[in-house]
Amino acid sequence: MAAGSLLCRMSLIRKVCNFSGSCFLFCRMSLIRKVCNFSGSCGLLFLFALAFVLPAAAQSPHQENIQIGLSTDRVMITAGFTGADLTIFGALEDGDPQIARQGRYDVIVVLEGPARPVVVRRKDRILGVWINLESETFENVPVSYSVATTRPFQDITEPASYKQLSLGANNIYMQPMEEGESPATIAEFTAALRERKSATGQYSENVGGVQFLSQNLFRATVRLAPSVPVGTHKARAFLFKNGVFVKENSAQLEIRKSGFEQSIFRAAHNYSFLYGFFAICLAMITGWLGRIVFRKD
Amino acid sequence: MSIYLPIAEISVNILVLLAMGAAVGFLSGMFGVGGGFLITPLLIFYNIPPAIAVATGANQVIASSVSGVLSHMKRGTLDFKLGGVLLAGGVVGSTVGIYVFGLLREIGQLDLFISLLYVVLLGTVGGLMMVESVNALRATRSGAAPVLKKSGQHNWIHRLPLKMRFRASKLFVSVIPVLGLGAAIGFLSSIMGVGGGFIMVPALIYLLKVPTNVVIGTSLFQIIFTSAYTTLVHATTNQTVDVILAFVLMVGGVAGAQYGARAGQKLRGEQLRALLALLVLAVALRLAFDLFVTPPNRYSLAVLGLS
Repeated sequence: MAAGSLLCRMSLIRKVCNFSGSCFLFCRMSLIRKVCNFSGSCGLLFLFALAFVLPAAAQSPHQENIQIGLSTDRVMITAGFTGADLTIFGALEDGDPQIARQGRYDVIVVLEGPARPVVVRRKDRILGVWINLESETFENVPVSYSVATTRPFQDITEPASYKQLSLGANNIYMQPMEEGESPATIAEFTAALRERKSATGQYSENVGGVQFLSQNLFRATVRLAPSVPVGTHKARAFLFKNGVFVKENSAQLEIRKSGFEQSIFRAAHNYSFLYGFFAICLAMITGWLGRIVFRKD
Repeated sequence: MSIYLPIAEISVNILVLLAMGAAVGFLSGMFGVGGGFLITPLLIFYNIPPAIAVATGANQVIASSVSGVLSHMKRGTLDFKLGGVLLAGGVVGSTVGIYVFGLLREIGQLDLFISLLYVVLLGTVGGLMMVESVNALRATRSGAAPVLKKSGQHNWIHRLPLKMRFRASKLFVSVIPVLGLGAAIGFLSSIMGVGGGFIMVPALIYLLKVPTNVVIGTSLFQIIFTSAYTTLVHATTNQTVDVILAFVLMVGGVAGAQYGARAGQKLRGEQLRALLALLVLAVALRLAFDLFVTPPNRYSLAVLGLS
């Protein structure tokens, strides 16, 4: 058991960034939390070594557990961020080597954004003009939802099981704010919400995005949309054995924007009066300077 | 070269924005209008959210109005008293406008309302200008002397009570229509992101009979303050003023205005007005097109309480 907890503390995460143009995901490269005085690569070797030693030590029936660890609890994205892949490493503890060899362990990793109330509006034609007419408000809709799985959803477990865990973009429960709407209307607007979220990349699925690197170590790649919302995100990992849900674990990740532009955004929201006053002064000075520089009379 | 707009939260090409500012500045210099009525629709066509386009447009209008007012002050073609009364009305209209703006945004009808207002106002003003300038062009071509409106002609507005004397404008008129006009312009300024010069100028000339030479200076003077007030209230209540966007537009606009003014001197008045009318009508048509054409997606999402 001591070995197990050691293993768990050694779980790791690495972020792989897609740089494009000025896009930049502030990332600290890789990182094993050093428990012992091992260097990074030694630690990794030690981890693999443990993976083989462990089953022999544990004679009792396997009590699988899943761990994910984040190297940092904060990710900073700068202006012009055009999306990135976030790689999360994790470990399967006390796994049955035989089941692992047959590939009957499955892992689903979800990165879920903060929940907010969302209004879905539908345009309808009135006198030839398209007008927002019907609307439906849902409480606590995750602003983003990225999933990575080892295999296609239908191969991992039963639909009922997903529903129970509310796992997957199609199974998130969306609570309408007002009661008494017809189920058909709610279904229509829920579908539209999911469709819009998928279209903007805020809800994404990466089938095959979780890969076992060894019997115990896995790597999950989830997509961050260009419009990934700032706030506290929750990384959750679900372990399935022979199509049955076994264990879940989660970690928190703060996504924040950084840089000059973000300071402006914060100023506009936190010091809005001063910000407005500054905007006016800037315009007046620009107008005055423009007059001096380009004066023709 | 892309630049990230912190409030609009999108990346745009800075050269496109500079060109947009310069083009509108050129036209505003050429025609003597503020250009807000062109900037806001252009920003909307460039996928800037309408709420931000409007608030930022109001901010940008300040810069062009300040440089205009400075030259009018030097020439003495500015009636401070008339501007002050218009301004008092403007503050009231703008406050009401901001409230309506927030309300429309909440119920999801803001974009529609902005587009409808633009289509109706630009369509009307553009249409009237077109008719007027084509008539004038025909008249000069046929050699007939242009018919001048007699000054001193009185209409119903001059029979209203609470009269006030405006010396610089040589005017003795009731404050009610002046306040009302100011309020209407303030309302439009906060909802449409325009200075309102394209409505103010004809209204002062034709309704209040203000001498043409003081009209533009006075209109610009009050537009500075109405726009400044609008900018401040948008910044505090809706957080929709994008300083970076406004600044890039101002720089382009201030430079473009000078070349526009020079180009404007080479064209005749009627030709200028006909061209401006064409431009205004084109913008109105483009906005109307978006209202009537089937949208690619009928559903839209809005996150509540993100700020």
